[in-house]
Order: sequence, then C-alpha cells, then structure tokens
Amino acid sequence: MITFTLNGQTYKFDGDGDTPLLWVLREHAQLQGTKFGCGAGLCGACTVHIDGRAQRSCIVSAAAADGKQVTTIEGLAGANLHPVQQAWIEEDVSQCGYCQVGQIMNAADWLQRIPNPSDADIEKHQTNLCRCGTYARVRKAIYRAAEIQRTGAVAEVMPIAPAVAGISQTESLGEAGENT
Amino acid sequence: MSTTAGIKRRRFLQSTATLGGGLMLGISLPSLNARQAEATGMPSEPGLGYFVRIEPDGSVVIGSPQPEMGQGVKTSLPMLIAEELDVNWSDVTVEQMPLGLTRDADGNMAWLHVGQGAGGSNSVVSSWQPLREAGATARHLLIEAAAQRWQVDAQQLHTEPGVVVHGASGRRLGYGELAGKASTIALPAQPPALKNSKDFRIIGTPQKVVDAAAIVTGQAGYGIDAQLPGQVYAMIERCPWHDGTVASVDDKAARSVPGVIDIVPIEGPKPGEPYTVLASGVAVVADSTWAAIKGRRALQIKWNKGPHATESSSGLRHQMETAMQGQGQVVLDDGNFKDAFDSAPRTLQAEYFVPYASHAPLEPQCCVVDVREDGADVIGPIQMPSGASRMVNRLTGLDRLSINVQMTRLGGGFGRRLSVDYVAEATLISMAVKRPVKLQWTREDDLKHDFYRPCGLHQMSAATDKSGHISAWQHRLASPSKYYRRANVAAQDQWKAELYPDDLPRNLVPNVQLEYFSMQSGAPRGSWRAPAHYANAFVVQSFIDELAHQQGIDPLQYQLALLGEPREYKYEQHGGPIYDSGRAAGVLKLAAVKADWGEPLPRGRGRGIAGHFTFGGYAAFVVDVSIDGDGLRVDRVIGAVDCGLAVNPNHVIAQMESGIHDGLSSALRLEITMQDGQIEQDNFHNYPLASLADAPRIVENYIVDSPHPPAGMGEPPISPLAPALTNAIFAANGKRIRALPIGNQV
Repeated sequence: MITFTLNGQTYKFDGDGDTPLLWVLREHAQLQGTKFGCGAGLCGACTVHIDGRAQRSCIVSAAAADGKQVTTIEGLAGANLHPVQQAWIEEDVSQCGYCQVGQIMNAADWLQRIPNPSDADIEKHQTNLCRCGTYARVRKAIYRAAEIQRTGAVAEVMPIAPAVAGISQTESLGEAGENT
Repeated sequence: MSTTAGIKRRRFLQSTATLGGGLMLGISLPSLNARQAEATGMPSEPGLGYFVRIEPDGSVVIGSPQPEMGQGVKTSLPMLIAEELDVNWSDVTVEQMPLGLTRDADGNMAWLHVGQGAGGSNSVVSSWQPLREAGATARHLLIEAAAQRWQVDAQQLHTEPGVVVHGASGRRLGYGELAGKASTIALPAQPPALKNSKDFRIIGTPQKVVDAAAIVTGQAGYGIDAQLPGQVYAMIERCPWHDGTVASVDDKAARSVPGVIDIVPIEGPKPGEPYTVLASGVAVVADSTWAAIKGRRALQIKWNKGPHATESSSGLRHQMETAMQGQGQVVLDDGNFKDAFDSAPRTLQAEYFVPYASHAPLEPQCCVVDVREDGADVIGPIQMPSGASRMVNRLTGLDRLSINVQMTRLGGGFGRRLSVDYVAEATLISMAVKRPVKLQWTREDDLKHDFYRPCGLHQMSAATDKSGHISAWQHRLASPSKYYRRANVAAQDQWKAELYPDDLPRNLVPNVQLEYFSMQSGAPRGSWRAPAHYANAFVVQSFIDELAHQQGIDPLQYQLALLGEPREYKYEQHGGPIYDSGRAAGVLKLAAVKADWGEPLPRGRGRGIAGHFTFGGYAAFVVDVSIDGDGLRVDRVIGAVDCGLAVNPNHVIAQMESGIHDGLSSALRLEITMQDGQIEQDNFHNYPLASLADAPRIVENYIVDSPHPPAGMGEPPISPLAPALTNAIFAANGKRIRALPIGNQV
C-alpha cells in the first residue's frame, strides 16, 4: 500500500508501485486537471508539486511518491485563486489550454524562490512546452503573478465554470457506480 | 437530477420551453437518448443543441457549435449571438454544442442548424450570418412576448441588455421574466433585421477566453478527461512501417499482465484505399491506462513490413531531384514563361526544401467510444465531428442519428484532428469488447502515426526587366500531395492541395508558370495549419527577398512595387473570391512602420519582412534577429493583420502570437524524417517544439481597422513567420536559408 498526502488529504493507492503518479492522479484519484503530454518528462503538462517542488508526474512512480506531499492543480488554490492562476486569467494566457495547468504548477513553484524574476529567469525556469504558442502571455503572466505576490494583492474568488457540457466528471462516475 | 423522459423532441430552428419554464431557441437533439443522460449525468436538458437558453432567473446560456482547439471560437462565436440577442456579455455562460444532424425530406443527412467542424479558418466566416440571426431571432421572440404581455405593438419596444423596454410608458421586463412566454411564440418567417455594425457593443470588443477559470483550475474538460460508465482503457501497438501488417502475435505474456482484459487485432487499410484506421496493429484493453501500457509492452508481434520498408528521406529527396530533371505537370501557364525568361537581362534561380512535419498537438490522440446495438456515443477532441459520425456509421452500420458525437475542448488541433482514425480505432475496439472504450495514444504513437505536412522540393526561377521588376516567374514543386488515400481525387488533381495558383505573384507578373511533380511516399499526409500556404509562403517570400537583394532594392519597397496599386484580383481557391493587393500591401506597411523598418541595426543583427494571404486574411511580420557566438536569437517580432472586422480583437492578437511562436517552432528545429521505412522522431527530445527560451522578448501585433467582413484567424498568422525570420537572418549575416528547419545552418 502506497500512502501519500494528496492536496492535504491522506491518499492510499494499492495498485502497481511502478504506475506513474500521473495515472494514479488521473484515473485512481480522479483528479484530471493534471495532463498527459509526452510520458517522458519533456513537456511538463503533468507538472505537480511533490514536497513543494514542481515535478513531472509522468516520470515519477507511485512508489516514489510514498510518504510525500503531493499537490495538484486542484489543490493549488486556497479560498482564493493562487496568484499564478489569477495572473493567468488576467493576462488571458490560454489558447487550447492543455499545457497551462502544468505551466501554472511550474511557475507557482519557482516564483517562490525567485520572487522578482527577469526575462532570463523566466526563460531558464519556465521550460514547459506550449504547442499553441502562448509564450508571450506566459511571460507577461509570470511578471504579473510576481507582482501580485509582492504586493499581496488578494485574488478575488473566481467562480469555477462547470465542466464542458457532455463530459462526465468524477461525480458521474459515482452515479454510474450506483447504476451498475 | 431531472430526467429527459417525456421531453418532446422536435427539429429545426425553433423555440421551446426549458424544463425550468424559460426560453430555449435552437434545436433539441433527437439522437441524444435518455439512457446516456441518465447513465452519465450529463445535463439532462435536451438542449445540448440549443444556441440560446434563457431561464426565468435571467441566466443566459449560449451554445457554441464549433470545436474549440485554441483558436478562440468558443468565445467569438457566442459573441455573435450575444450581440444580436442584446445581453451583457458578462451575463453569458457558454457551453459546447455536440454534433447536430438531421435527415431531410429526401432522407439525406443534413445539418440540424449550421455546418459543424473547424478547418480552413472557416468558423467565424461560416457562422457570421447564422449565429447573428439566431441571436436576433431570440431577441425578436422576447420582444413579441413583451408586446403580448403589455398589449402594445412590438414596434414600440426596444431592448437594452437583458431587458425589453416600452419607451412610451417606461415599462421594463427582464428577459428572464419573458422567457417562458417567449417560448410559446411562433418563430418569424424571416430572420429579423441585423444590427448595423456601428451599433455593435460586443462584436469588436476584446474579450477573454470564456473557459479561462476552468482551464487554470484544471476543470476544463478535454478529450483525455472524457469518461463513460463502465469504460475500459485501450492502447494500440501499431506497425512502425507504413502499410505494414501483423504477421503474427504472441499475446500470452500480455494477457497475463494484471488488469489486461482483452487483446484486439486492428486491421489497417489496404494499400491505396481510403483509410479508416491509419495502421495495422494490436490493441490491448485493460482496466487502467497503465495496465494497457504494460500489456502493450508485453506483446510479441512479428510484422510484415509492407511496401514502404526501404523508404528514406534521403531517397525521397533523390527521387524529387530526379523527377525534376524532367517535365512535370504544368498547372498554371500565364503568358510565356520560357520566352520571357530566356530573353531577360537578368535572372535568378534557387532551390528550397520544406520537410515533413508532424502536428504534435500537446494532447495526444484519444477518444471514448461506446458502440451499442441501439447507437453509439463518441466523445473526444474532434475537429470534424461529422467525419467522426460518418466513420462510426461506416464501421458499425448504425443509423447516423443514433450516433452521438460530442466535442470536448481539444488540446490543440492544427489539422491533425480533421482525420478521425483514432475514432475509428476506438470504435473497432468497442465493437470487439462490447463496452465503452477509452483509447489513449502516447506521444510516440502521435509522432510516428500522423498525417504529416507534406515535404517538398521547390525550384524557383525568375527574370527581371531593366528596372528590376519581375517579368517572369516559375515555381516547380515536387512533393507527395496532402491528398493521401483520397479515392475521389484523380492523379492529375493531386497538385491542387500543394499549389494555389491565384497566390502571389499571379496577376502581378505577366509570365507565371507553376509545375508540379507528384511524388510517392508511404508516409500519410494531411492538413497542417494553413496547409500548402506554410511552404509556399516560405518559398515565395524568401525568393522575392532574394530578388530584391539581387537588384539592390529594399525588400519592403521591392514587394510593395510588385503589389502595385491597390487592386482586387480574382482568387478562386479557398479564402477567395478576392485577393486585394492593397490589403496585402497594407499589412506589410503597417508592420514596417511599427517596426521602424529602414532604421539601421548594429552589426550581427538583422531585420526581415514577409507577408502572406491565407484563407481570407492578410498577415505580415517584421522579425529582428541577433546572431553571435551563441547562435541565433529572435529578439523581436512585430506583426500586422487585416482579417476584416475583428470579432474579438483580443483573440485576433492571440492568434497572431500563436502564428509567431508556432511559426518559429516549426522553422527552427522541427522536421520528420524517415529511415528504413520508419519515422525517426518519437518524442519531444527529437521533435523539439520551441520553448519559451526561443521566444522573442518583444512581441507586438497590430490590427488593421478594416471594413471587410470577418475572416478566420486560425491560419493566416503562421505562414509569413518563417520567411520573415530567414530574411532577417540573411540581413544579419548574409546567409540565405533555403531549407527548413533552420537547425544549425546559421
């Protein structure tokens, strides 16, 4: 049995220890915000925080997460959105949006250590790939997030839009379980 | 949770009551069956097919008919409806509509309301009229409802956002209060008159992504997030040789992997015939994705390598060169190129190459399909939902009205998901295991089994007269056409996907000849963002730059002289019917002015310009580069676009930024190559998308204030980037890049 803290709650996984954490999160814990892009730690779409540091969960095994603190995008915000999430909305970064969760998780980590980044810092640390080409706005949003962090501007609570129509989310699995 | 039972489903544009007693304008979907809604917990209103839903509490939900893959249509299309409906944009929520089909009086399949599918930068263009009419119709019904309520003539009423107003008495009723009544009123025989553009309050204003909050919190649903109750997970090991087949499979070890449920052979298309799936292979079905991956790894497969086992990129290039020593298919012959070229005082010839490229959307292909006896559900990142519907119908024989196709957000498309091979695969597996199947591709699968952007060898020849003007132009192209396995495309029409005759410099140069050499390759080909415009803009805009330098004339001035006086020319390919040389010149001039074109630069830096017309939109970039011991650095890109009326200027700019970065990515390092019949690239280490470290620190884009109707923005911005970049490299160090990717040529 593998046990780790997932978004502040104890989570137990009794499957294969070599299952990549990504798939544990997505299919077992039903936290689907973390995305699969390459399976090789190259694109960063699957970035989560493990013991507070950004890591690419497609190349971290479940066994390696045993005893660790894991935070996913679902656990990043507190009562308010995280400054990086807020900045991402304000700069309207997303196009297809698929990579943005990983971008956000990555920036949220290193911005803690480099609170006043330069262009060179951003280019060095924000290595997540975006196929749509949102890099200009990613750059702007990181500057804005840093500013929000510095000035302590409180993010307004953003209403979270319902999931895209037609996609059954976690709760529908529950219903299915009841039906079957 | 309420149920759909008892809801009467009708067809065609109509108004009806919502379950809550509001107004629903649009279409209920007869094909959405109650079973699915009950089983999956999907919204139980029948109105996934609506355009407009107004509830008694005044909430307004607008349906977006086209797939959202980053191009912004889920924001811009509902803006069209909201404008004419006359509501505050901030009061609107947007939902994705599924595929809507119906059967017409003759029994043929027809769109339920509007054509659906995103390609050719066509969504805004095709939606511009019908979606505004849908909004205006809903507003009309609300006004009629108020007129009946107040017993006044509707002519005396007007609307303010969300409210119908009787000016004479000052009475006001919110849309929510009128919605129930409005749902009982007959539709007008003709669409109501639409607003004058000067009265627009939403169209033309910068709006943000409607799903922004869902995206940044991880709640936005993509194909990979789709689920159906009882689903199993599938992966496919596909033959690494194009058109190869499975000789034998030993699946004993795979079946013994914990969690593996079944092994399903997948038969590829016969050589030359239209594809369903892309490749032969063996599917592993399991109770989790990881179990499917492990089972797949345990398969022992012997392959028949098939007819393309010796193909290589160098061999294909050699075949192109050999073919081009002969005579190709002349597909355009204005004037007399040969005589003009032979008698010209000055000529120039150059050869360019553009490689195969993969789409590599960041979300690998995936799809959930449930095939039952009574119908099928298809949920996935689908660019062409009707294609998915046809594919499932072809494989299952199910009535198309019983096939529900739902488009999730797409984690990128770029043309890859115009093809529905992954839908076919999931369908075949679901048919075999008789359960809902969630098929997942890996990145390796995605790069090795794509419909690649065709590679091509371009031979350019031009002659100039005494004043430097181009008097003769020849473009010879050898490529395997994008028309891959198209049964309805004749051999002599293969060129039509690769050369667009009405592109510049047609009509601007008296003697123009285009010649095509159709090459054979086992690699599947398909539409890659802006299809042939990508390669042709690179080649044409580079060659014009070469000609300018040969004449010693500033490249911008040279191209403006070529474009001449503003004039409309006939343009018969997609994006026509007009090519306006004045608009083409306009974006070049705007970008140049904003970029201080002509100002001297320090040594080691260079500035290049290029523009192109793609699918109704005109875009141009000025790129600044530095070249030093560290190599090439793109410092700045200034862009200008004329897309007609910019429905959402914010996302017009976003698409320009997308064109810059995607164009840069493709130009810098991306190529797909083949050796011994296999694709050599398999993940982002050897198909290295540009990262933020490659991105210019300064990016500015400008929109021409244009009186023309809107053009789509998904594709126009990409094509001019590569030539603007390579022209800048030439300006910096005199090195002419004639083959993409740039790689280490600098």
